[in-house]
Amino acid sequence: MSDGNQPPSSLKVVGTRPIRPDGVDKVTGRAQFGADFHLPGMLTGRIKRSPHAHARIVKIDTSAAEKLPGVKAVVTGADLDVGAGGDIEAGEHAAAMKDVAANCLASGKVFYQGHAVAAVAATSPEIAADALDLIEVIYEVLPHVVDVDEAMAPGAPVLHDDMFTKGVTPKPAKASNVAQKHVMGRGDVAGAFAAAAVVVEGRYTTAAVHQGYIEPHACVAAWGADGQSTIWCSSQGQFLVRAMTARILNMPLSDIKVIPAEIGGGFGGKTTVYLEPVALALSRKCGRPVKLVMSREEVFLASGPTSGSSMDVRLAATKDGKITAAEMTLRYQAGAFAGSPVNLGCMTAFACYDVEHLALVGYDVVSNRPKVAAYRAPGAPMAAFAVESAIDDLARKLKMDPIDLRILNAVKDGAKTVYGATVRYSAFIETLQAVKAHPHYQSKLKAGQARGVAAGFWFNIGGESSAAVHVDEDGGATVVSSNPDIGGSRASMAMMAAETLGLPIERVRCTVADTTSIGFSGSTGGSRVTFATGMAVVEAAQKVVADLKRRAAQTWECDLAHVEWKDGVATCLDPSKDAKPLSLKALAGKSAKTGGPIAAEVSLNAQGAAAGYGVHVCDLEIDPETGRTTILRYTAAQDVGRAIHPAYVEGQLQGGAAQGVGWALNEEYVYNAKGLLDNASFLDYRMPVASDLPMIDTILVEAKPNPRHPYGAKGVGEVPIVPPLAAVANAISAVVGQRMTSLPLSPAKVLAAGKAP
Amino acid sequence: MSGVEYLSPGSVAEAVRALQVDGARVMAGGTDLLVQMRIGRAKPNVVVDLKRIPGIADIREEDGAFIIGAAASGAALGEHEALRKAWPGVVEAANLIGSTQVQGRASLGGNLCNASPAADSVPALIAAGATCVIAGPNGEREALVETIQVAPGKTTLAKGEVLLAFRLPKRTAHAGDAYLRLIPRTEMDIAVVGAGVCVTLDASGKCNAARVSLGAVAPTALLVEAAGAALVGSSFDDAALAKLEAAIAAAARPISDKRGTAEYRTKVAAVLARRAVLIARDRAKA
Amino acid sequence: MSRTVVNAVVNGEPVEFLAGGGQSLLDALRDELRLTGSKEGCGTGDCGACSVIVDGRLVCACLMLAPEAEGKRIETIEGLADNGHLHPLQHQFLEHAALQCGFCTPGLLMASKALLDRNPDPTETEVRYWLAGNICRCTGYDKVVRAVMDAAADLRQEGRPK
Repeated sequence: MSDGNQPPSSLKVVGTRPIRPDGVDKVTGRAQFGADFHLPGMLTGRIKRSPHAHARIVKIDTSAAEKLPGVKAVVTGADLDVGAGGDIEAGEHAAAMKDVAANCLASGKVFYQGHAVAAVAATSPEIAADALDLIEVIYEVLPHVVDVDEAMAPGAPVLHDDMFTKGVTPKPAKASNVAQKHVMGRGDVAGAFAAAAVVVEGRYTTAAVHQGYIEPHACVAAWGADGQSTIWCSSQGQFLVRAMTARILNMPLSDIKVIPAEIGGGFGGKTTVYLEPVALALSRKCGRPVKLVMSREEVFLASGPTSGSSMDVRLAATKDGKITAAEMTLRYQAGAFAGSPVNLGCMTAFACYDVEHLALVGYDVVSNRPKVAAYRAPGAPMAAFAVESAIDDLARKLKMDPIDLRILNAVKDGAKTVYGATVRYSAFIETLQAVKAHPHYQSKLKAGQARGVAAGFWFNIGGESSAAVHVDEDGGATVVSSNPDIGGSRASMAMMAAETLGLPIERVRCTVADTTSIGFSGSTGGSRVTFATGMAVVEAAQKVVADLKRRAAQTWECDLAHVEWKDGVATCLDPSKDAKPLSLKALAGKSAKTGGPIAAEVSLNAQGAAAGYGVHVCDLEIDPETGRTTILRYTAAQDVGRAIHPAYVEGQLQGGAAQGVGWALNEEYVYNAKGLLDNASFLDYRMPVASDLPMIDTILVEAKPNPRHPYGAKGVGEVPIVPPLAAVANAISAVVGQRMTSLPLSPAKVLAAGKAP
Repeated sequence: MSGVEYLSPGSVAEAVRALQVDGARVMAGGTDLLVQMRIGRAKPNVVVDLKRIPGIADIREEDGAFIIGAAASGAALGEHEALRKAWPGVVEAANLIGSTQVQGRASLGGNLCNASPAADSVPALIAAGATCVIAGPNGEREALVETIQVAPGKTTLAKGEVLLAFRLPKRTAHAGDAYLRLIPRTEMDIAVVGAGVCVTLDASGKCNAARVSLGAVAPTALLVEAAGAALVGSSFDDAALAKLEAAIAAAARPISDKRGTAEYRTKVAAVLARRAVLIARDRAKA
Repeated sequence: MSRTVVNAVVNGEPVEFLAGGGQSLLDALRDELRLTGSKEGCGTGDCGACSVIVDGRLVCACLMLAPEAEGKRIETIEGLADNGHLHPLQHQFLEHAALQCGFCTPGLLMASKALLDRNPDPTETEVRYWLAGNICRCTGYDKVVRAVMDAAADLRQEGRPK
């Protein structure tokens, strides 16, 4: 394993900004996304969905639909057959398969408007739509609840009568909507608060927000007569789709081949399945391929947003600003089935800071909303909103600079997080200092403008990945990656392979393999691909280099120890040998004589992922008569270890910041009194557009590369969404002179706050 | 959208005939109709596309008045220099509808006849005193824009009638118009509040005529006569503006929905009306 | 279901296809002509992923009926490159890393082309407001705007025909 602390000047490819190898397809419209596939005989699938927020399914009658000419298959929850077994690791959430299956097609009850109850496959979109109208579903409508605090209150309608809160002893006698209670902490919180010179506290709420990927879920599933099936889909994990689909349809994994299409955004939301088991079930019934694509409305109704939240936080500090204790209760919406990221919220809430006494309680609460799915640093942004707002309160109270206060409390290497990990290779303090020195932070604000600062943390994970490196006969190389590319990772994989092999980047191509063509891998998520799959790529390339050296030694008949590999060329260090240098091209050209094809595949479980820290600064102004916010200037700084391809790392910071700004200002799910979603479209689910944002400056802090990665990389994709909520809220709070505690900070809320005494 | 027939008549008479069939819907730019068809709110049997009728998208001047074909796109309005100079408020209102892509298709006719309470161009047209030229089975008629919308989604157009054009009256000297709207983002939102204003000044700069119209604060766009009256005879001083705002607050009767609360809309309506008045006045002076 | 024959010119080539009365131009491009470069992100004109240029006008293909294409000149992403040579916009998007997942990219490129066809020297603000109808969730727009401005400079320098 090479040392991640190579000085950048010795690197030829890593750290540069080549054109990504898959780029031309994407700018010419050639790249194939999930809905772009056509197969002979392909049918159109459509899904019938519940119009009610909460109901018992009394009866489903599909007979009329089945008789409609052109309809080839109809399925309901009864056609799914979840095999034995418990959870499957799904990105950063374990998924209870029964729940996933019931979410794909309802079983017994519907838990949210839009919950799928049946599906059809027909010879045209028009016939499929007509068939849906012919499916008769009789519901017994039940009382519903959508708010997290209301769902926890006694007397709330209970969604699952077999839900007895886990993590509570003794086990509750009555079923409730609290799936689980998480508790973590250390030290003597009560004592610390009693002794504190300063205490700040607040209650904070955030609304459910959607990942907002522009590409709706889409797949094509083709069942073979012998049961061997193929699925093309846009997904963050082809192995995950295979595992979940196989489990839900009770099939062996080897009977499903999943081919990952290009994916039009995921952000965690595509680390589960909604359509694939349904499409395959339809295909199984009629023997023809079925294409199933969600409309945008279906995406909002039936795919997982992240949790809305309600949180209480208290900080205790000395008069000099040292935070001695913190207490926090987090209540997160899981949607219809258990599994909000509240435990991750607890783990990350104070991970930036060295706080001796901590008490965190998290509640995972179900309600009549779509089942939540991962969204970029799941659980962390909400918790950081509360904590970073409280720290802002502390800075105001003590009249301290917000960055200095954070530097004082920043976690350092060797410290232990509340969840027991030891902090290593952290450049959080360097990141804070870089922000402090930056022209943005140094610049003066004009009248009516305000500045907000906030920090954020994300673990980043390693995990299982596979990669292969094949040397072509003409001396180029192909990298085969196990992971769908959601942010430009093919470029980084090719770059790391090129660096290791000593080839120019133009000679290295990277493809994403299907489930039959590469070893197993965990999903693309958790900010792990550049780290873990990159590690597999580099190890495979190193194996190739070792093999090339062996072949050179064989050719020269010299000792292997005398062979040096540099810049794509083997040189013999033994002066006694008449040995001209051998390029990769030369060795590749005669590979048959030296042992056969030159290739290596590596599967590993990458350890040693390093956490990331971000610090954001946001300048904005408010129209005092309407409460409308204009973002004036934004800078995102992050501890990235080493930026393999700096432009794509910058892109992660900018994209995450933009999502966070939307989360802070305008994005939310709006439900009416019947528990029905009022804003299931991009018109009224308001994501930032180009004119809403300024340029987003970035600071890539490479002070502490991760030595556990061959090129020092840390995961970067998720940290950027964690600070912006509080960065924006802290600035608005400064302008209106009042702590803003409830997201989104729509103009009406801001106007009302500004006017309050 | 199964079984929809698409018709593209080449004359007004043909269009009027086609629209007398049950389940026939008219289409200009289609930026409202196609959305409603997509979400199942509109289920026409026949779509009658007006755009091949000669002149239906033309913009022309007639003795100082402007005749704007009902299907002229927002983009075309924005590119018409003379129209922009004469009626900047009408043009800027039309140009706020949707995105650049929507602007390539959206029309004043569609915006009015779709009859959304929040339609952007309607308050500006009302403030301008615009009229509509309507053709139907019984011939042609003309009506003030403010008489067209009756309720969300409903107009006073009878079956078989089609809006052909808008007529903007000849501009008087020292007149100016303006339209402002409040949306949470910078673009792409339906107006939470809209305010269209047209003012005329006398030689000394005092207001001698004013029309103030609000959008998104009632089931239809409103012509707030008391607001206009508050300005007449004034030099747009603080007292007159305060009267204006009070008149707005009294006239606005918005609902609370996913785009804004009634309270917020009422507050902001007054703010926007005042700001639009001052812009219109500055344009009148120039 | 009544389908009619439509004749149009797409990316400079005459085409003929069958269109349903209520079928959108986007569905016709994707399903009848197999030009899947234009994407459906929402189907209701809110995201711009289906942006095409019709008779010189930037429109959302999802908000146009397929039969309307009769006699029209339609430009899609598949026609932006000139016989395999990338348009300066495509080149600058790659140079600037102005795309991540790439789903909104065809729409953004067509919208940007329509802008530069009209306004060869836009300011940053003009670019942002023109592109407000093209939602991107990955990039935060920063690199997109820079790419468009640099492409505008390229085109001005070349003085090349569009």
